[in-house]
Amino acid sequence: MIRFNRVTKEYARGGLALDDVSFEIKKGEFCFLTGHSGAGKSTLLRLIHMADRPSKGEVRVSGYSSERIRAKEIAMLRRKIGYVFQDFRLLQNRTAADNVGFALEVTGATPAVIRAKVGRLLAQVGLAAKAEALPSELSGGEQQRVAVARALAHDPLVLLADEPTGNLDERATHGIYELIKSINAAGTAVLFATHNLDLVRHSPNLRLIELDHGKLVYDSAGSA
Amino acid sequence: MPYALREALAAFRRAPMLTGLSVAMIALSLLVVGLFGLAAFNIRAVIARLEARVEVIAFLRDNANFAEVTRAKIELEKLPVVRSVTYISREQALEIARRELGELREVFGTLEGNPLPASLEITLEPNQSGPEVATSVAQHAGRFDFVEEVQYGREWLEKIYLLRRVAGAATLILGAAFALVAALIIGAAVRIAIFARRDEISIMRLVGATDGFIRRPFLIEGLFSGLLGAALALLLTWTAYRLLSDSLFQLEWVPDLWAVALFALGGVLGSLASVAAVRRHLREIS
Repeated sequence: MIRFNRVTKEYARGGLALDDVSFEIKKGEFCFLTGHSGAGKSTLLRLIHMADRPSKGEVRVSGYSSERIRAKEIAMLRRKIGYVFQDFRLLQNRTAADNVGFALEVTGATPAVIRAKVGRLLAQVGLAAKAEALPSELSGGEQQRVAVARALAHDPLVLLADEPTGNLDERATHGIYELIKSINAAGTAVLFATHNLDLVRHSPNLRLIELDHGKLVYDSAGSA
Repeated sequence: MPYALREALAAFRRAPMLTGLSVAMIALSLLVVGLFGLAAFNIRAVIARLEARVEVIAFLRDNANFAEVTRAKIELEKLPVVRSVTYISREQALEIARRELGELREVFGTLEGNPLPASLEITLEPNQSGPEVATSVAQHAGRFDFVEEVQYGREWLEKIYLLRRVAGAATLILGAAFALVAALIIGAAVRIAIFARRDEISIMRLVGATDGFIRRPFLIEGLFSGLLGAALALLLTWTAYRLLSDSLFQLEWVPDLWAVALFALGGVLGSLASVAAVRRHLREIS
């Protein structure tokens, strides 16, 4: 479903971010993405989201190729990709429910559909009781749950998580990790970028890809 | 209510200071265009009034035959550029001179004979009073044997004509420059509005909103701000017109079409500047 074919990404100012990277992620797979800061994890996720294009090589996501995709198709592709970040990226002046609903609203869903779906999503992430709370009234873990609910709004094929537990304490980290694993269990592929090696060690049977200075140096699936 | 319209209205509600500021900036820049339009219109009106007074006067010899003069009058009246031809007899000329030159009444009163010649006063059509037209009519009139001399203030006429052309060019160039400045200011105001909502825009991108969808509320917001700013500019221009007319000199208010054009200009500039600013922002954030 996601395939990197000899992908190199070089920034005019930042230099080489990814160097000849190839791998594939199948439908419903869970994969950790590790590496030190600046190893290229975020660049790799941005390439999947088509926020950047490779300097060399090809990225294919759900039938779309980085070489041929048009602006309008990028919007359509992004509805199949959920994305969560370390800093949550919630709209501070909107409630938890409105933050989730916003993702549906801006893709043209009707108010009735939005209401029903937002209720279901907030229940799924365990925040049904806090639908009307503003982000500033929620803990870090709760804010990340809202962000996860928003990422699931379009029933994505894959969830990209860019250091989703980076700002959270141990308990909240565990909660978010379990939530994301349950989402994967329901069939959504997950690419989980982290440098929290404790999480990785606790799940030795999950796939792991490691980047170092832009190179793919380890892939537990053996395709490196 | 569709999302784009609802969001555009919400922007006014959420950040009244910011939208108020953009509307004020648009209003002030369009006020310059409005005041300039008012000045240009009044200068044109003054020139038109001066031009309407352009006359070609053919002075007749004393022995002119009245039947010939009448035929000439009819012939001149048939020229498309001529509005009217009036015959002024010697007696009428003296009467007019006595009336208009009061301080010389004594002189005219003591004259034994009448020294003034009869004349044909040729008034031109309002839009046909340029120097070439006046010259050709004067030449036409001068060809009659009984015409002694033709006067039409050639130099004066050429100056007015030049003034009109300069005023026309200035209207066009300065008007376009002011409109451009207005567009740039509106663009800056929209950039501020976009900056205030950059998080929202990046999240819209993140969750798969199309660029057209993201642009629409800003387009409507720009249109509203532009129209509102233009309405305010019109009101301020009208106030300035009233104040000037009441205190300094009598002005004419611009035709309705000009006012409508300023209103439309506000809407068009507002939406174009918005679209350009959002387009640029979306390109920048990829």
